[in-house]
Amino acid sequence: MAEARAGKWPGGRAEALAAWALALPALILMILMLLGPVVAVLLLSFTGWSLGDAEMEWIGLGNYEQLAADPVFWTSLRNTLIYVGVSVPATVGLGLGAALLVESVGRFRSFYRAAYFLPVASTLLAMALVWEFMFHPTVGFVNQALRTLGLPVTDWLNNPDVALLAIAVIGVWQNLGLAMVLFVAGLQGVPKDLYEALALDGADGAWERFRRVTWPMLGPALVFVVAITAIRSFQVFDTVAVLTEGGPNKSTEVLLYTMVQEGFRFLRTAYGAAITVVFLVFTLAITVAQTVILDRRAHYG
Amino acid sequence: MVDRLGPLFRHAVLLLGAAVMLAPFVLMLSLSVKPAAEIFAPQFRLLPEQWSAWENYSAAFTKVPLARFLMNGFIVTFCIFAAQAVTALPMAYALAKLRWRGRDTVFGLVLLALLVPPQVPAIPLYIGLWQLGLLDTYAAIILPSTVSVFGIFLMRQFFRTVPNDLIAAARMDGLSELGIVWRIMLPTAAPALAAFGCLSFIWNWNEFFWPYIAVQSEHLMTPPLGIAFFSDTESGTSWGPLMAAATVTTAPLALAFLLAQRAFVRGVTMSGVK
Repeated sequence: MAEARAGKWPGGRAEALAAWALALPALILMILMLLGPVVAVLLLSFTGWSLGDAEMEWIGLGNYEQLAADPVFWTSLRNTLIYVGVSVPATVGLGLGAALLVESVGRFRSFYRAAYFLPVASTLLAMALVWEFMFHPTVGFVNQALRTLGLPVTDWLNNPDVALLAIAVIGVWQNLGLAMVLFVAGLQGVPKDLYEALALDGADGAWERFRRVTWPMLGPALVFVVAITAIRSFQVFDTVAVLTEGGPNKSTEVLLYTMVQEGFRFLRTAYGAAITVVFLVFTLAITVAQTVILDRRAHYG
Repeated sequence: MVDRLGPLFRHAVLLLGAAVMLAPFVLMLSLSVKPAAEIFAPQFRLLPEQWSAWENYSAAFTKVPLARFLMNGFIVTFCIFAAQAVTALPMAYALAKLRWRGRDTVFGLVLLALLVPPQVPAIPLYIGLWQLGLLDTYAAIILPSTVSVFGIFLMRQFFRTVPNDLIAAARMDGLSELGIVWRIMLPTAAPALAAFGCLSFIWNWNEFFWPYIAVQSEHLMTPPLGIAFFSDTESGTSWGPLMAAATVTTAPLALAFLLAQRAFVRGVTMSGVK
């Protein structure tokens, strides 16, 4: 037995001991701060516990039944899905466009890259307040630009029909640069000789180059960028918390905001845990979808 | 014909895009030096007719303890990164270069933890810190971020590229395994660690969700929390000082980004290239 072990792990006892000693601090913290709490949140969601209660009562699916009957939860889930559905295609599309354009020009490339990436590195909360002014009904840039173009204007953040859209605009503005640099990395991985081969075939238009080489080669990067943008979009919180507080009329109520309200403000801890589980399930579903799609692509090769 | 117009057209589109991306920053700077009377002028002017830079910025630092918020931001981001580096480097080395039972299981746990969004552990962490009486302290902000599974994963990938001969030679010289981590692996990993440091700085300086839950006291607020508090107490009446505070909050990151663009972009791209 000992010999078999030594055969598989030729480093022997001393090396194994050293390895455990080196890995242990991070392992303990990882279990304490991440994995343990995930299990705890799952278990908590099956109880009726609130912060300060002496007894913890198991109520099975009670919280989830309550969620299913809670109109605020459904509004929140619908708003989150709309937010993701609007901001992901916009972020990915504009990010890809920016990446293709930036890579195709010779000069000022680093200026453009810095300009598009700056929002990613800036404090979203501070910039959200600037966007509040951008959306100001009379003097905001947004309405001034729309008026110049002869388009209708509105009080964006206070109009329940468009407030969520305004929040999504801020999200797209913030994440576009991230999508762009990820696409640029993907583009740089496209072998140059594929373009040369295409040119030898006599097909050298920009559209042909994109359709026949760039787009197919960019596939895995595209799936990855869509997944990472979707996961980030699901986490929308800062802008809602500081600009609209879920309003007007619950029109910007999103999952994490509802979770914080229930779990921390109303102290319905277990109910907040159930919302967290729903949020986690959606996030994991995105990762699973990404893996499945990439797997299938790999098989078709 | 199209080909000749091409580059010019591309630059025009890119410039228009850059103008939109930078507009909020320009607006922020412009409002931060304007007096209240000019902020709501019907015609936007880039520069004020009457400069109020001094009034706005000094108001930002006196109406709320902005300097304190900034100091908290530096304390928190520094402690978090130091803890993340100290814990991630040894584990990454053990995962990348040592042979031991349990290695695959531990690495599996790291991959599993990578899938968990940072907001999911919030409720149990809050309960735990409450039981320990640690809510509303620096520890409450720092502790949950002391381990970065992303950092462990990143450094492990990097360490795998370090030649085994280098490690064998160090062992011959009598270095302990921990000595190898600090004296051999750390210096070779400097670029990767710098990129991870940039990401850690971005994430933790900008983090709002967790401090918003864990901290109530004004003197513990990090910059994002502080500026939200400022906006709340002023309720949109004093845009000049508020924009001055926003500028001061964003400046450290924006400056660091402009100075170390490469490391920033490399860090972000590494988070993508798995």
